[in-house]
Amino acid sequence: MPEFAIRSVCAAILLSAVLSPHSVSAAGPEPYDPWPGLVQDIFDSRPMEDGSNLIALEMPTRAEDAAIVPVTLRLKPTFDARPRVVTITLVIDQNPAPMAAKFKLGADANVSEISTRVRINNYTNVHAVAETSDGKLHVVQTYVKASGGCSAPAAKNAEEAKGRLGQMRYREFAGAQNEEKSGTREAQVMIGHPNNSGLQMDQVSQLYIPALYVDRLQLWQDNSPVLSVEGGISISEDPNIRFTYVSNGAKTFRAEAKDTDGHQFRHEWKVDGSGM
Amino acid sequence: MTSRFAMHVALIMLAMLASARAQQQTLAISEIAPGVFMHQGRIALMSSDNDGAIANIGFVIGDRAVAVIDTGGSVREGRQLLASIRAHTDKPIRYVINTHGHPDHMFGNAAFVADGTEFVGHMRLPQALAVRGQYYLDAFRRSMGDALIDDVRIVPPTRLVDGELVLDLGGRTLVVKAWPTAHSDSDVTVFDAVTKTLFAGDLVFLRHIPVLDGSIQAWLKLLDDLAALPAERVVPGHGPVSIWPQALAAERRYLETLASGIRKDVIDGKPIAVATKHAAEAERGKWELFDDYNVRNATAAYSQFEWE
Repeated sequence: MPEFAIRSVCAAILLSAVLSPHSVSAAGPEPYDPWPGLVQDIFDSRPMEDGSNLIALEMPTRAEDAAIVPVTLRLKPTFDARPRVVTITLVIDQNPAPMAAKFKLGADANVSEISTRVRINNYTNVHAVAETSDGKLHVVQTYVKASGGCSAPAAKNAEEAKGRLGQMRYREFAGAQNEEKSGTREAQVMIGHPNNSGLQMDQVSQLYIPALYVDRLQLWQDNSPVLSVEGGISISEDPNIRFTYVSNGAKTFRAEAKDTDGHQFRHEWKVDGSGM
Repeated sequence: MTSRFAMHVALIMLAMLASARAQQQTLAISEIAPGVFMHQGRIALMSSDNDGAIANIGFVIGDRAVAVIDTGGSVREGRQLLASIRAHTDKPIRYVINTHGHPDHMFGNAAFVADGTEFVGHMRLPQALAVRGQYYLDAFRRSMGDALIDDVRIVPPTRLVDGELVLDLGGRTLVVKAWPTAHSDSDVTVFDAVTKTLFAGDLVFLRHIPVLDGSIQAWLKLLDDLAALPAERVVPGHGPVSIWPQALAAERRYLETLASGIRKDVIDGKPIAVATKHAAEAERGKWELFDDYNVRNATAAYSQFEWE
């Protein structure tokens, strides 16, 4: 997670609070829009085109559980030789750390769908920015209402989460028949990890609870990259990613992850290389 | 005297009257057993219209001291509870027990901060409040407004419960019991042995759909231990006072229905966004606020069953 994004947003929130101390009303959304600043910080102010013919961003209209909000990125099928999508960056504008994740799509893996879960702290726009191989950026956005009630973007069972730190699981889902012919697979990788945000102060010690989160996850079939993720604290605890890819006949699937304390997690699973 | 001045005076008097009324207002309280009092919260979401007064809160009067069990969803509600207590007794409030760390149960704590008053909570409650307190203050400002939230202070417990803690009120004791993570990670129950009354906090819901902020498996598992408590009546966290342990039946049915459906969806590989949409459909119509919490409960349950 780039620190600059956190810093500049904090500064901007501070500034907006100074300029309009009573701007937060019970009814309306906050008038301050962090997106222009985020375009500058995360995307170096590069121009963006409307990406709605290229990518879909699916989220519930309301974050029911603030700690676990499903998000799906779906590349739309193309019938011409368009430049391929190289990366997708997911930005949750009003979160303390807006850049939630950057997905890098393996050149030969044909990833067409990625689902994960994020934390949502506030009423917010969410942006997905796809970069194509010609260097262009394509943006889509949606709006998510924060959860109500006592839901919070925090661990429900911190001890249990600690207990499965570093556990990794891979699962393949039975696909439709036509998927088998094309070799398309739907799979899921889970990592047991608290993904602590570090933004809360311990009231007893008055110290900030240190951040500890998975900042990199890389997936391969044999030695061919399928997907890599640069993650931040907006990704829910026990990072979970479900995706489609096209099998190259590989006999193994491998996941490697690293967290901000330098822990390395690595796991390899045998997969069925047939179905090509 | 100008008419403008008169209007000002009238307005000021009106404001004083209104504020005096707000100060003196008491909560509707019923004595459900000798010396055991409760206010039954409305089954609703916390809002500026209801002062956040949606949870059941209460107090127990002993020979020498009073214990308060949860303080409500705003300092205004907390002050009204205090006024109600003072209408019944002038004995000192020695203990304020927070059954857990959710805003509707502890946003009124600040009304009870005083010398000689101990705040009692689960050993994990300080951590829960540290992690969530500021978020709650920010989030509830939206639904409850500045006037109510400006007064709220997150008051952590000064006395922690690990296992059981016995509080002596003179002539009667309260047993405060800390539970493993279930509805939340910091639930305690309070048992008055004299009247066999159990204040269950949000380990027990009636009419109000159960809210899962802990572990569904662990919650289901502890229902038998909970049912074994020698109580005759229960004050649930939400809903009417009921006969023990029959009061657990509806909640158990909901949690089991939710758990078995979601567990199957996880095994079948149904994605989380799909599985949660139609979870526990058979329970719709049996609970109030179903649409406000059911998908959320299902989401939490799904992410837990994935690790089974």
